[in-house]
Amino acid sequence: MKFLISTLLIVLLSFLSGLYLPWWGVALAAFLVSVLVPQRPGLSFLSGFLALFILWALLAWGMDASNNSILSAKIAQILPLGGSSFLLILITAIVGALVGGGAALTGSYLQKKRVVEE
Amino acid sequence: MRIIPFLLSLLSTAALIFFLDNQWGQLPPLGKFLSPQHGIWQNAEPVDKSYTDDLSLPGLKERASVYFDEYLVPHVYANSEVDACYIQGYLHAKFRLWQMEFQTFAAAGRLSEVLGPGEDDRILRYDRSMRRLGMVDAAEKALAKIEEDSTTKKDCDAYTEGVNDYIRHMKAGELPLEYKLLNYRPEPWSNLKIALFIKYMAFDLAGADNDFEMTNAKSIFSREDLAKLYPAVIDSADPIIPKGTHFLPPHFQPKPPATADSLYFNNRDTLTAREMKPEKSNGSNNWAVSGKKTLSGRPILCNDPHLSTNLPAIWYQMQIRTPGYNVYGVSFPGAPYIVIGFNDSCAWGVTNAGRDVRDYYAIKFKDNTRQEYWFNNAWRTTERRRIDTFRIKGRPDVYDTVAYTVFGPVMYDPSFNGFANATSDHSYAVHWKAADSSNELATFGRLQSATSYDDYKSALSHFKCPGQNFVFASKSGVTAIWQQGEFPAKWKGQGLYVMPGEDSSYMWQGNIDSTENPNMIDPDRGFVSSANQVPVDTSYSYFLGSDFPPYRGLLINRKLAQMNSITPADMMKLQTENYDVFAEMAKPLLLRNIQESKLDETGKGYLNQFKLWQLRNDPGEQGPVIFKYWWTHLQEEIFDDEFAKSSLPLMRPFESTLLEALLKDTAYSFIDNVNTPEKETLQQVVTTAFLRSVPDLINAGKYDKLAWGKFKDTWARHLLRLPALSRMHLPIGGGTHCINAAKQFHGPSWRMIVQLTDRTEAYGVYPGGQSGNPGSPFYDTFVDSWAAGKYYPLWVMDMGEIRDKRIKWTMHLKPGNQ
Repeated sequence: MKFLISTLLIVLLSFLSGLYLPWWGVALAAFLVSVLVPQRPGLSFLSGFLALFILWALLAWGMDASNNSILSAKIAQILPLGGSSFLLILITAIVGALVGGGAALTGSYLQKKRVVEE
Repeated sequence: MRIIPFLLSLLSTAALIFFLDNQWGQLPPLGKFLSPQHGIWQNAEPVDKSYTDDLSLPGLKERASVYFDEYLVPHVYANSEVDACYIQGYLHAKFRLWQMEFQTFAAAGRLSEVLGPGEDDRILRYDRSMRRLGMVDAAEKALAKIEEDSTTKKDCDAYTEGVNDYIRHMKAGELPLEYKLLNYRPEPWSNLKIALFIKYMAFDLAGADNDFEMTNAKSIFSREDLAKLYPAVIDSADPIIPKGTHFLPPHFQPKPPATADSLYFNNRDTLTAREMKPEKSNGSNNWAVSGKKTLSGRPILCNDPHLSTNLPAIWYQMQIRTPGYNVYGVSFPGAPYIVIGFNDSCAWGVTNAGRDVRDYYAIKFKDNTRQEYWFNNAWRTTERRRIDTFRIKGRPDVYDTVAYTVFGPVMYDPSFNGFANATSDHSYAVHWKAADSSNELATFGRLQSATSYDDYKSALSHFKCPGQNFVFASKSGVTAIWQQGEFPAKWKGQGLYVMPGEDSSYMWQGNIDSTENPNMIDPDRGFVSSANQVPVDTSYSYFLGSDFPPYRGLLINRKLAQMNSITPADMMKLQTENYDVFAEMAKPLLLRNIQESKLDETGKGYLNQFKLWQLRNDPGEQGPVIFKYWWTHLQEEIFDDEFAKSSLPLMRPFESTLLEALLKDTAYSFIDNVNTPEKETLQQVVTTAFLRSVPDLINAGKYDKLAWGKFKDTWARHLLRLPALSRMHLPIGGGTHCINAAKQFHGPSWRMIVQLTDRTEAYGVYPGGQSGNPGSPFYDTFVDSWAAGKYYPLWVMDMGEIRDKRIKWTMHLKPGNQ
């Protein structure tokens, strides 16, 4: 339950941060949630990772679909990913997920020891 | 709290964010770049995106509307000319911001700032060349002139404000893709950037000369050979003003210096600098036929300027209606006004005059500090010393000191030798017409509201550089052409080679009076035309130089002379004509001289194909490929032996020169290979050249490159030369000598046909699209039609047509804070 709440909160807060802050606002969001909703470090990491993976994958996939992949096919040649829009979305999601996971993990260590050891 | 894992985790997350927030080599900052709410995904516009909007814009004076049609062409309705310029700036920025700023960076020699120094410092060398040529000075002078004129000043101020109001309120996601790829942000726009763009066009169109190569040629070849390799006149050319036209005696006769023979023509100094040059075949076609040759009885005007076929395209199409004018055509993102187009009374178009307005002077400095130089029998202090700072992406700044002489800035010296690797002991100052102050924008501003021939003529009076052939036609039935520009009056041979810079006697002595510029109005033959050929025959009183391509003009005039009851559809056929006049003249010569007995079966096969070729460079034809290889090898057979002896920068003779020489004299002296004891004949070299082509043709066949379209491989190429953002391998014919002058990265950048009937009937197409965003479906809208030779009707929208189904989106603009 905590895991689910934490993950959903990170998704929500990360999305909001994207409206006002630079891209690394998602790290603050994951960090904050992880401090406020105590979990074991491993689970915290997973929350942040999953939250950003889902958020960035969904957002990118949505925009890509309404764009008929015009742009992603071009970017996926420059990067180079063989022109695959799918791979570009996957990499986008992984980049977000790593930052989200790392930030959430960092936050989890800020909690009092007993909480961590529950 | 566990301090050690916390710190470890904090550090590694921070390091990851740092890594993803910065560019590493070619890799963009991946976090910023891929973040769906900030990065490139924001540039993936929905294909059904709506451009309808209600905007309050701080710089606007009155309400205005922009109607976008199905091709995203804006039809702007504004209550004042200033508002029209403001909206034009806003739209240019909205759809083309990156390109317009990038081009001004190129003009100002600042590309290293955003691209880095380049392989072998090529980009930095380019930047230094632009600064040393004095591009920024030239733009500053032009700006002063623009701001002297109250109309162009007001218009430019409004345009700049429009650009800046867009930039200021642009959301992070709207930042054009290229900024994200290269990791930088736009600067505020300014009138100086408009002037820089204008000077960039001047560089592109009037920044070519062969002075250094010709100076070296003069040291290697005898005077007699020089005349054979670089003749001043092309006999087959059909000038813009027909042969036999009578010219009045000149207003001004420049005098060659007394030392011209000893210090100039017979001087044998050589030099090693390799210059940066704009695309050689920046050319164009334009013509206007009078009503007596058209079906409608009204004039038709046509223009297709040949420029780099870039993406985003160099042109942005629009209609602008104000109380003062109703104009339709193409504009340059980066500058106000319509450049090529038409209004309710008349139409105009341009081709490049290609006159030589850039010369070099050898400067003798007292010592290595280059503070003083020898001039008029005394050491003279340099007029100015400018220290240029080059900010370079990924490297510390570099400084460059440029000395200024009475002639102009010192372009090459021991500290800078262009693109050459050898350093030079000598110094050369450049004198360039585009560095004089002038206000070319005023011409386009006034053409927009021109209603008569007189208006057109007075609009032209502001135009100094780059010299252009302005063609004109009006609904009242006038057709006219002027080669307009401020051209130096040169004595014969002046500026062909680097000139002595030790006194004032080699300086330009004055300008050709503008009334003496070649021109023609309503000629009996019923048409005026230009295609960068020589403007006049040798009876013209002034020296013109010699770099004028003859063939497109020849065919245009031949065809127009034969045509009658002309319709716009006939003009489309003519503009996309793939017939090759150069080949028409060369083919019989080659076939007369080939020794067929020396060919094997494969060779005979290719030769047979060449014989059957109907001289059309259509995309599927193989004849043009055979011809191309054959002629290239023939040039090598004839000239390699003489030219390969020198490692200095040299220029091979033009194709037209060799062809004319061989047609006139089958014993042309260069045919003989100086490295062999025997004396080669034309038959021998023609046959050897063919035999050398055979393996090339077999190879081309292997890679499916035997069809002309595939061999030539035309692209609409992204300004950063990224294939992913370009449209490659376009199936289009034509080529250098064809009216349809589509080459690999260069060609008809805007084809326009305007029939001046009561309700104007106009057509146009360019190899690009209205949006500069590679993520927009409007990025390359017109490319395929352009390649196929198809046109779009240019719709001059009336106020009564706002409910027309061609209007897809409307932007309502009102003054106020955003």
